[in-house]
Amino acid sequence: MAAHSAVLSMSKIINPFWGGRLGNTVKVFGTTLTSHRNKTLLTGENIPPPAKYGGRHTVTLIPGDGIGPELLNHVREVFRFSCVPVDFEVVNVNSALETDDDMNNAITAIRRNGIALKGNIETKHTMAPSVKSRNNLLRTSLDLYANVMHCQSLPGVQTRHKNIDIMIIRENTEGEYSSLEHESVSGVVESLKIITRNNSLRIADYAFKLAREKGRRRVTAVHKANIMKLGDGLFLQCCREVASGYPDITFDSMIVDNTTMQLVSKPHQFDVMVMPNLYGNVVSNVCAGLVGGPGLVPGANYGNAYAVFETATRNTGKSIAGKNIANPTAMLLASCMMLDHLKLYDHATMIRHAVLKTMNETRLHTADIGGQGTTSEVVQTIMRIIQSGGQLTTEL
Amino acid sequence: MVNSAYMKSISQIIYIENGLYKQCMQTVTLIPGDGIGPEISSAVMKIFEAAKAPIRWEERNVTAIKGPGGRWMIPPDAKESMDRSKIGLKGPLKTPIAAGHPSMNLLLRKTFDLYANVRPCVSIEGYKTPYTDVNLVTIRENTEGEYSGIEHVIVDGVVQSIKLITEDASRRIAEYAFEYARNNQRTSVTAVHKANIMRMSDGLFLRKCREVAENYKDIKFTEMYLDTVCLNMVQDPTQFDVLVMPNLYGDILSDLCAGLIGGLGVTPSGNIGANGVAIFESVHGTAPDIAGLDMANPTALLLSAVMMLRHMGLHDYGNKIQTACFDTIRDKKVLTKDLGGNSKCSEFTAEICRRIQDMA
Repeated sequence: MAAHSAVLSMSKIINPFWGGRLGNTVKVFGTTLTSHRNKTLLTGENIPPPAKYGGRHTVTLIPGDGIGPELLNHVREVFRFSCVPVDFEVVNVNSALETDDDMNNAITAIRRNGIALKGNIETKHTMAPSVKSRNNLLRTSLDLYANVMHCQSLPGVQTRHKNIDIMIIRENTEGEYSSLEHESVSGVVESLKIITRNNSLRIADYAFKLAREKGRRRVTAVHKANIMKLGDGLFLQCCREVASGYPDITFDSMIVDNTTMQLVSKPHQFDVMVMPNLYGNVVSNVCAGLVGGPGLVPGANYGNAYAVFETATRNTGKSIAGKNIANPTAMLLASCMMLDHLKLYDHATMIRHAVLKTMNETRLHTADIGGQGTTSEVVQTIMRIIQSGGQLTTEL
Repeated sequence: MVNSAYMKSISQIIYIENGLYKQCMQTVTLIPGDGIGPEISSAVMKIFEAAKAPIRWEERNVTAIKGPGGRWMIPPDAKESMDRSKIGLKGPLKTPIAAGHPSMNLLLRKTFDLYANVRPCVSIEGYKTPYTDVNLVTIRENTEGEYSGIEHVIVDGVVQSIKLITEDASRRIAEYAFEYARNNQRTSVTAVHKANIMRMSDGLFLRKCREVAENYKDIKFTEMYLDTVCLNMVQDPTQFDVLVMPNLYGDILSDLCAGLIGGLGVTPSGNIGANGVAIFESVHGTAPDIAGLDMANPTALLLSAVMMLRHMGLHDYGNKIQTACFDTIRDKKVLTKDLGGNSKCSEFTAEICRRIQDMA
């Protein structure tokens, strides 16, 4: 911590003098360090956002496939309209190619800027096993170990269960997604699921810190340690160790099949949930379905140095691409989470407020939540609410 | 001579009820289980008696014993009975912790090579859940996959679990799924997978499903990612029909679907093995806190028994018993505590028996 602040203050001193020459290295280094400090949730310290030239931030934008490009265009539109000091560096990834060059460019761009907003990149599973999932590659290369998803029932959306408020923290880099597979004998395939002590401790620590910061009372670990005694047993043990350091937060555990059963019958018993990768996939999709669908929930992937924001359920939405019926809410809320991360709180609140007002009060819904609005109509309404500073007239 | 042969054929003709050609009683191995097992088993036996189903019960106990060579196995008389009758009905079994032997369910599975776990999930009218009109079947591969139990500590702090997918097991389960769909008038089979991440293992499973689908052109075959299935299942479960999947996804999804219709207390389950063996069971726990108090709900075991009747071809008896059970629950006058009433198990059973007798 002391070393970090020393280098940071050094960079602040050096910057005005050396400007362009040393600028890049110090800025990148500085960005990395400040991102780390921002993430360690130190309250009461006023750390300015890692701004670059003229107080404007540069964020990597990866459009992806399916509905990604159109939704991210809407995000850019809203940002431009609201005068958000963010510039997007667009990096396209062609999922049809088999080489990883596109992806490496994208990863380098994110390393440069520290933050990214992305759509989902399609993985054609008919390709050879050596072509790994690009999204997974991004997460593991940048070590974005925590996937955070906050599922909240929105009052304007009709769902079977009301007043759900669950935070899901999912380990994002290892577990079943290690992509280590081999065919030892013809017709017999083995896939390795890796659980490590370091990563489990890291994610548990993140979960408890986040729970404390948000004032949450309970953390539930989801596992299958009765069957996978060593693997999930290790995960559970790490969670218990970390829990002992947070006596103000209750810790319990639940087996994953029971968890899904409880989620569809009594979802209000859950507060914060932490789990390995695959169970996280299942549970986060179940929770997204409970609050109204994939178009409503934003997700964030945090690492120590980088942060990437996207929709929580990572759908490509190929079947609705280009039809102007996709729900922009998830992507817009994800971009608000990004603005919060950049400490541009005012802009974030303004856009979030407009999005939620459109959802809850004007009842202008897209097809996925039972309405007839188009994406552009929803975005126009959001921009109108932003323009009128939040006061929506009844003619709408 | 001629007279007795003539009398025998007459009695056979008289015995044909409702167009069924069942002339002899079928034997079923009954494993009551622990906790509330005995009470719900006797409830089921009573109901079957009231329905006059041609079933002869053979009660057997299943506790792990150490066989020759030190391997744990089920008692030989239980195994012999099952091999003979080929059909079993099982109540909940207690898995003692630190008993030194694997769970009884696992032992049974290994002994009879029970490769398919079938769970039909149908919404019960009268037992209200937020989800209505659920009507799907989950078919889960039960022998390999993530539950192979092969784990190693590579270095201190790094554990690897091996998920095993084989061609034979995948083909077997896919064939069973399509057969089941055909025999039960189901229109589509959906394979659930995560081949975008686990390219080789789930890819192999998918390939086998596709190959088997070629032989069943009358049934629609689709593939869907696990996360998409979960997402759509909680929003609109009516879009699914038969789901086939490897072990772990099956575990999670079958419990998810059980949650949609009301929990494990009302969900039937069947395990199909090689060599024609089939064991139907209730999947809830032994509930030791209410054992012996006549408070248990026999619905899960009863519906599993109905599944068993259908498997044996005795559809009429199965329908009769199921209708009586659902009517009782729909009426809401006599319900056990977990269904929201305060009747006893025996009263619930008697009510169902009464309805069956009224129907005849």
